[in-house]
Amino acid sequence: MVCQECGVRPATLHFTKIVNGEKTEFHICESCAREKGELIPGTSGGFSIHSLLSGLLDLEGAGKGKTAAASTAQGVRCEECGMTYGQFSKLGRFGCSSCYKYFDKGLDPLFKRVHGSTAHVGKVPKRAGAKIQFRRQIDELKGQLQQAIEQEEFEKAAEFRDQIRKLEKEIAQE
Amino acid sequence: MSNLRFTEQALSEWMRSGGSHSEIVISSRVRIARNIQHHPFPLLATQNQAEEVMNVLAPVIDQGKETGFGTFHLLKLDDLEELDKKVLVEKHLISPNLVNDSRGGAVLLNEDESVSIMINEEDHLRIQCLFPGFQVREAWERATAIDDIFEASIDYAFDDRRGYLTSCPTNVGTGLRASVMVHLPALVMTQQINRILSAVNQVGLTVRGIYGEGSEAAGNIFQISNQITLGQTEAEIIDNLHSVAIQIIEHERNARQRLLTDSALRITDRIMRSYGILSYAAVMDLKEASQRLSDVRLGLDLGILKAPSISVLNELNVKTQPGFLQNLFGEKLSSTECDMYRAKLLRETLGTTH
Repeated sequence: MVCQECGVRPATLHFTKIVNGEKTEFHICESCAREKGELIPGTSGGFSIHSLLSGLLDLEGAGKGKTAAASTAQGVRCEECGMTYGQFSKLGRFGCSSCYKYFDKGLDPLFKRVHGSTAHVGKVPKRAGAKIQFRRQIDELKGQLQQAIEQEEFEKAAEFRDQIRKLEKEIAQE
Repeated sequence: MSNLRFTEQALSEWMRSGGSHSEIVISSRVRIARNIQHHPFPLLATQNQAEEVMNVLAPVIDQGKETGFGTFHLLKLDDLEELDKKVLVEKHLISPNLVNDSRGGAVLLNEDESVSIMINEEDHLRIQCLFPGFQVREAWERATAIDDIFEASIDYAFDDRRGYLTSCPTNVGTGLRASVMVHLPALVMTQQINRILSAVNQVGLTVRGIYGEGSEAAGNIFQISNQITLGQTEAEIIDNLHSVAIQIIEHERNARQRLLTDSALRITDRIMRSYGILSYAAVMDLKEASQRLSDVRLGLDLGILKAPSISVLNELNVKTQPGFLQNLFGEKLSSTECDMYRAKLLRETLGTTH
């Protein structure tokens, strides 16, 4: 079935609204649902980006079927704020930053769907992130080192190697 | 009537100068979401925990002292009157979410109202920078500089792999939402808008009405913003929005020219009629006012009208909102009274510019 909003993508969200016995059916794709936010005709409130996310999270569970693993996942609890994965999947929001750690296993598919990616590559807090920045620099230098070796530019390669060693030393001292 | 300085004027000081592409881009905005380590997010925070967050964050910006971005003032939501809150939302200085769904909510505003730092919104900290016209890069530079001020003394919730940890999974990573507010009447009239909007959706951007998620695109004004916050650097996100916005501006400009060449009489008639109705009507609802103001704005850009100024139109867009009307004409207006005062305001403002 094609999405009734854009008429292009397949409809993946289906719901029915009944008001005074009058039944209205909606078939839309995720993209249109996200774009429309709470404005999907005929729905009053409750259909926000958060409920859409919770739909996605439920799909994750449903995809695996009702296995023991899936129901255990629902019961996983964040030890810092007490939120369970089940609550998180209903609310579509985390209770605290530690939830990311406790719910980690279920997050990759969600982030992949929402962002098309699972790892941060942007700004890093200077104070807390010194190590991360060193590590990123080292990764970059390793790439350059590899390239220099492939192109047989050994003097350059030696320079990169020295820089890497220096940074690794600095990390160890931190 | 309110005594709060931030709700007296419809137009923030920052809106008065144009910025580039100002005939199409009304404003540029960048918002970054941050949280403090080891504190529950506002969703779960108790009143005490929320106040604790406020006590940690508010002193970072020394109120009443010059910061390089102006002098900041702290407004606690609990101390504000309902009407002031409504007007702050209509001026885009705070989000509806901070008003409706927040414990210990507060906002730090600088003098020209170009920086708005919300405390205890969906996240502990939301830094928002607004610029007139097309200045999304400038807005990002200011926001990241203010972020650095906080970061120097706050331990942010940050993770190697996931980046800045936010309450909603849609903001994780950079926590960055950059947006431009654009006026696209010609693309709407020539029915190209849907095609363009769906293309925009395919490159990780999203389009909303001017009051954010769930609001309608009133008066042909659309807000285009990034959807993706994880897996791209801030520079990539800003560049992507920038280049897509430039293309949309170009399409709108072409469509405006085409309207002028293909249907000059029809478009002139529509613009003149709207100007006439705005200048003489006795009752007007918000939807009609937005649409007619959009026509007049287009008329100015096409050279069909010489007055009023863009700044007067920007001001009317805010002043015709329900909260601001109540602020001007009395606190409890029925919806019919609102429509009547809206028409009166428009008549008085535009009548004098003939």
